[in-house]
Amino acid sequence: MSSSVLYDTPGPKARLRNRLYTVAGSLALAALLAFVVYRLDAKNQLDPKIWNIFNNAGVRTNIRDGVLTTLKVFAAAGALSLVLGLLLAVGRLSEHRPVRWFATGFIELFRAVPLLITIYALWVLFLSYKDDLGVVGDNAAFWGLVVGLTFYNGSVQAEVLRAGINAVPRGQVEAAYALGLRKYQVMTTLLLPQAVRSMLPTMISQLVVTLKDTSLGYVITYTELLFAARTMASNIIVNGDNPFTAVVIVVGAIYIAMCLALSSLATWIERRGRRAKTGVAVAAAEPPVVLDGAR
Amino acid sequence: MNVLLDHFADFREGFVGTVLLTLASGLLAMVLGVVIAGFRVSPVPPLRAFGTAWVTLFRNTPLTLLFLIAWFVVPVIFAPGMSPWTKALLALSFYTSAFVCEAVRSGITTVPLGQAEAARSLGMTFSQTLRLIVLPQATRTVVAPLSSIFIALTKNSAIAGAFSVTELFGWQKTLSDQGYAIAWIFLWVALGYLVITFSISGLFQLLERRLGVAR
Repeated sequence: MSSSVLYDTPGPKARLRNRLYTVAGSLALAALLAFVVYRLDAKNQLDPKIWNIFNNAGVRTNIRDGVLTTLKVFAAAGALSLVLGLLLAVGRLSEHRPVRWFATGFIELFRAVPLLITIYALWVLFLSYKDDLGVVGDNAAFWGLVVGLTFYNGSVQAEVLRAGINAVPRGQVEAAYALGLRKYQVMTTLLLPQAVRSMLPTMISQLVVTLKDTSLGYVITYTELLFAARTMASNIIVNGDNPFTAVVIVVGAIYIAMCLALSSLATWIERRGRRAKTGVAVAAAEPPVVLDGAR
Repeated sequence: MNVLLDHFADFREGFVGTVLLTLASGLLAMVLGVVIAGFRVSPVPPLRAFGTAWVTLFRNTPLTLLFLIAWFVVPVIFAPGMSPWTKALLALSFYTSAFVCEAVRSGITTVPLGQAEAARSLGMTFSQTLRLIVLPQATRTVVAPLSSIFIALTKNSAIAGAFSVTELFGWQKTLSDQGYAIAWIFLWVALGYLVITFSISGLFQLLERRLGVAR
């Protein structure tokens, strides 16, 4: 029945018992689901009137703008964090001590501090130096969020890349130096391509984390999807109450769909990478040649 | 004008709040995570489906959204009158349990096949195999990822501060609203978190050494 090693292929008795558990488990799950639906219904949350708000053009525009803003922050922070991660990873492996120390300190500091605190501190900083910073001052919340996400995720991406670089066999680097390649040539033509290739799934998983963390913009009142939805819900009144539940369910579904799409990309790349490990296709073996008199 | 010395009591209160919240939700997440991991490898299909759904749901939802649900949906629909601390505890531990579950499950797959096969051929049932043979051996490989999960949990508990639970981030917000220089508060709060995360990783390294077996 299954490939699991934890239990045998069930015999007649075990099949009966498993079937019993299956029925009991299904009943328990159905009961749980029914309880949730019952409670939702008892609190009038399944009223068609509440769910009808999603037919309203304004509500839809609000949600769409929220999604677009979230994606905008994600695109900016994702791209910047990859660049910063690259720089920090190379910096941490540098032969120059000050560069190495700076990169190490930066990575350790921003990995240790909760992202929310970084974002909040940057936001307050940007707000208080609004006039000096010019462009930044106009949308301090956006830049606070993007720079905070970049610092944290860049540090994590740097560590991922460094692990990838260290995983490249030492002999390859020695061979490259023996061929007369320079330091930056070794890094750009030999180490980084292999590191990126082997670490791509992990890097994309970290991008999923970046996408999820854009919701921290809620705390600094930046109107990404979560904050937009919350503000919208508190401005709508259906049956004398705000439709928080319905809006949260819809927004949650959107977040889950976005994250699943991104992480399935990671899984796909991982599977693809496993299929051709070296990147060089091995030619199929020729059919054996049978000599005439060999038999 | 030293913000740490002026408000040492506040910092201490926030620090203790962070530690307590992390400990409590870490414990609950461990229990939930191990149970769900058991569900995910069990021979009963509905339990497996439940485990998969749980992990997919909580791993792909932003924690902030879970806090929002705990604050605005759960009290209305299920249990009114929960304290903010309980709500934060629930949101944090449900979120973390999905990650614990995945760590435990991958730990289970690293236990050599022969072990489970031997247990089965001795006539052990599924729960005996899991409880007596596989999980104790899985613990060794699970310790390292668990350490980083708990460090992440410590940092995630900062979100509770944004939702009015006493912990370090909450005090940073209050103090910076009072006009103290944000950079100094940031550094002191960072130091507080560093103390917690370093002690977690130290503790787990000790645990790893204790559990480690020369192979």
